[in-house]
Amino acid sequence: MLIFFHSQFPISKRSEGSRFAKMPKAAADAKLLIQSLTKAYAATPTNLKIIDLYVLFAVATALVQVVYMGIVGSFPFNSFLSGVLSCIGTAVLAVCLRIQVNKDNKEFKDLPPERAFADFVLCNLVLHLVIMNFLG
Amino acid sequence: MAWGLPPLAVLLLLAVIVAPLSSAVRPVSDAHRSAATELFADGSLGDLETTYEAVSTFKILGVQKDESLDGKACKLASDTLSSSSSSSAKDLFHAARISGVLGCSIDAGVYDDVASRLKAVIKDTNSLLEFYYSVGGLLSLKEQGHSVVLSDADSIFHAIKALSQSDGRWRYDTNSAESSTFAAGIALEALAGVVSLSDAEVDPSMIGVVKNDIVKLFGTIKSYDDGTFYFDEKNVDATEYKGPITTSASVVRGFTSFANVVSGKLNIPGEKILGLAKFFLGIGLPGSAKDCFNQIKSLSLLENNRVFVPLILSLPSKVLSLTSKDQLKVEVTTVFGSAAPPLRVNLVQVLGSDSKVITTDKELQFDVDNNVHYLDIAPLKIDVGKYSLVFEISLQDPEHETVYTTGGRNTETVVVTGQIKVDKAEIGIAENDAGTSESVEKLDLLKDTKISLSANHLQKLRLSFQLATPLGHTFKPHQVFLKLKHESGVEHLFVVPGSARQFKIVLDFLGLVEKFYYLSGRYDLELSVGDASMENSFLRALGHLELDLPEPSEKAPRPPAQAVDPLAKFAPQKEISHIFRVPEKRPPKEVSLAFTGLTLLPFIGFLIGLMRLGVNLKNFPSLPGPAAFASLFHAGIGAVLLLYVLFWVKLDLFTTLKYLGFLSVFLVFVGHRALSYLSSTSTKQKTA
Repeated sequence: MLIFFHSQFPISKRSEGSRFAKMPKAAADAKLLIQSLTKAYAATPTNLKIIDLYVLFAVATALVQVVYMGIVGSFPFNSFLSGVLSCIGTAVLAVCLRIQVNKDNKEFKDLPPERAFADFVLCNLVLHLVIMNFLG
Repeated sequence: MAWGLPPLAVLLLLAVIVAPLSSAVRPVSDAHRSAATELFADGSLGDLETTYEAVSTFKILGVQKDESLDGKACKLASDTLSSSSSSSAKDLFHAARISGVLGCSIDAGVYDDVASRLKAVIKDTNSLLEFYYSVGGLLSLKEQGHSVVLSDADSIFHAIKALSQSDGRWRYDTNSAESSTFAAGIALEALAGVVSLSDAEVDPSMIGVVKNDIVKLFGTIKSYDDGTFYFDEKNVDATEYKGPITTSASVVRGFTSFANVVSGKLNIPGEKILGLAKFFLGIGLPGSAKDCFNQIKSLSLLENNRVFVPLILSLPSKVLSLTSKDQLKVEVTTVFGSAAPPLRVNLVQVLGSDSKVITTDKELQFDVDNNVHYLDIAPLKIDVGKYSLVFEISLQDPEHETVYTTGGRNTETVVVTGQIKVDKAEIGIAENDAGTSESVEKLDLLKDTKISLSANHLQKLRLSFQLATPLGHTFKPHQVFLKLKHESGVEHLFVVPGSARQFKIVLDFLGLVEKFYYLSGRYDLELSVGDASMENSFLRALGHLELDLPEPSEKAPRPPAQAVDPLAKFAPQKEISHIFRVPEKRPPKEVSLAFTGLTLLPFIGFLIGLMRLGVNLKNFPSLPGPAAFASLFHAGIGAVLLLYVLFWVKLDLFTTLKYLGFLSVFLVFVGHRALSYLSSTSTKQKTA
């Protein structure tokens, strides 16, 4: 879903999608859609892909914890919150990093990626200090 | 008897009735023997005097004692007697008497020595006690068959007599100003000893003077109302005060021994001798060894004295039941319970508690086998109650009149008990104004009944019954109570007034509302009728009364808190159950461990993804300076994360923030250097 935030995802690509719309089967439509998405995503720079991977990793870890809570219950609730919020928080921060690092985002053109990375590190450290305090 | 009361209560009731009477005189019995055994059991060989008192008491009472006691006592006596001059006259006196009682075998030579020492004491002394001890010691030697003769008996007699006072009392020595009754007894005993030790006849005129002194001494005797006589010191705060028992015992020893050695009779009234005997018997069971000896020794002397032998009239039982047709039994014995000479006992007067006097003159029949005089009380028409019986004893043989004293009239108190007839018992509820009973129920007070009544505050409860003695007379018991007990435990007690034969109580609930604390509901009714002479005293549950009282006003008194069992506060306290937080339900260990492993899966996926993307570290600075800064930057981040782990495990927030402050300064510095280097290289690449 983060991919949809990608401003690089162009409006011009929509013409390509409309081409498949004529096809009778919805499955084929979906297949075409995924193929076009994969193709478009392949053009994404590697460093952004790394960040996407990191976001996926964080969200997946959060999901595992949510599933665990669903199975055994919410006690101790603060530990559950800490674990989930740690993952979600770092994922949000990674998204922010991605927005700043992306060269297609003109408003962050003057901001060097190193500076963005430094912000990311600082925010993560502050976030995890709070998480550790809340972990109990 | 008394079906309504539990047996224990009846026993207690009887004990209360009988207890004050049983302290009256009864002859010496086995109880005295066991008391004596107990009193002299420990420390009887403490000193010579106590030892003498113990062996003497045992001998008089005929108590079987173990041989070792005799042996020890004899050894103590012979040691004292044979020891050279160290022993005082007092020790020699007691030792000689122990030997006399037990018949210890003492060498004749030792006795000669003792006799000469005692005679030397007599010659030198002017003290009454020294005279008493030495004369008594010599007398004891003489009684054991040793030949002792006082050659100057007259002068010794005079020396002792010189200490006497005009009122019959004696002084302890010539310097003493105090005269004492106890000393008088001692002196008389010493004088008797002198007379019996004397080789020649003592001046009869002196004997006459002493006899006169004895009569004067008996003039100072004190008495109680019931014919008991005793001697006591005139000044009870005197230094040598001994108490009435010891003083009386001393006088009894004195006058009986004096009467035994002189010819002619002492002019002492028989009733005083009898009064003394009653005094000693009235002690009952003595409390101390000294009192025990004085009591038993005095009674044994009175039992067989030459003045008058007292005959004691006593009742084996002081409670006579009309139901079982008890006979009035009277025993007349000597103080030790021996049979009296033939005599007649007449019941001359019966004094009722209501000062009604029945004068009769009935002779009691004599049962030779049991040595008891008895009389059927039925013909006397005596009703239940407490009576004083006046007996007159007359000796059949006129010659015995000079030997025995009976005291003439004797008064004894008895309680006559019987079944009380209870009848015409009725209970009912009456209207307040009309006065006519709506519902009257007959009651059978011989057993518990279960009537049920109901009333409101405008009605009255009436209860009436009649009591009559076996002879049909009015009977007024000590206790006639009606008890109302509310179901909450509040009790109300009412005295049932009686007039003539009728007992009647009317409870007007209108006036009692306040007293009943406005407590409506069920009241249990109990009637108790009790008296010492009522054999069928009872406590009956009558049934219950449903009482409907008005609602209490604001100012109405609250019912008192019911008395709680005082022992309840020592009962175990209620256990305190602490409320602990129930432990949360925890998942099984395996599930948790499995999910810990599952959280690692995304990380592994992340690593695989990185490899797929072809991530490398080519951009890592190759120059040593920036490389060092980059490494330090990563190490710094690692250090901060490690610090977080420590914070989680053991550190507190403040410690953590302190270290974090230092680390963050370092991290900002190296981070700035590492990232600015990267930034500059990437800018160079762009520009190039």
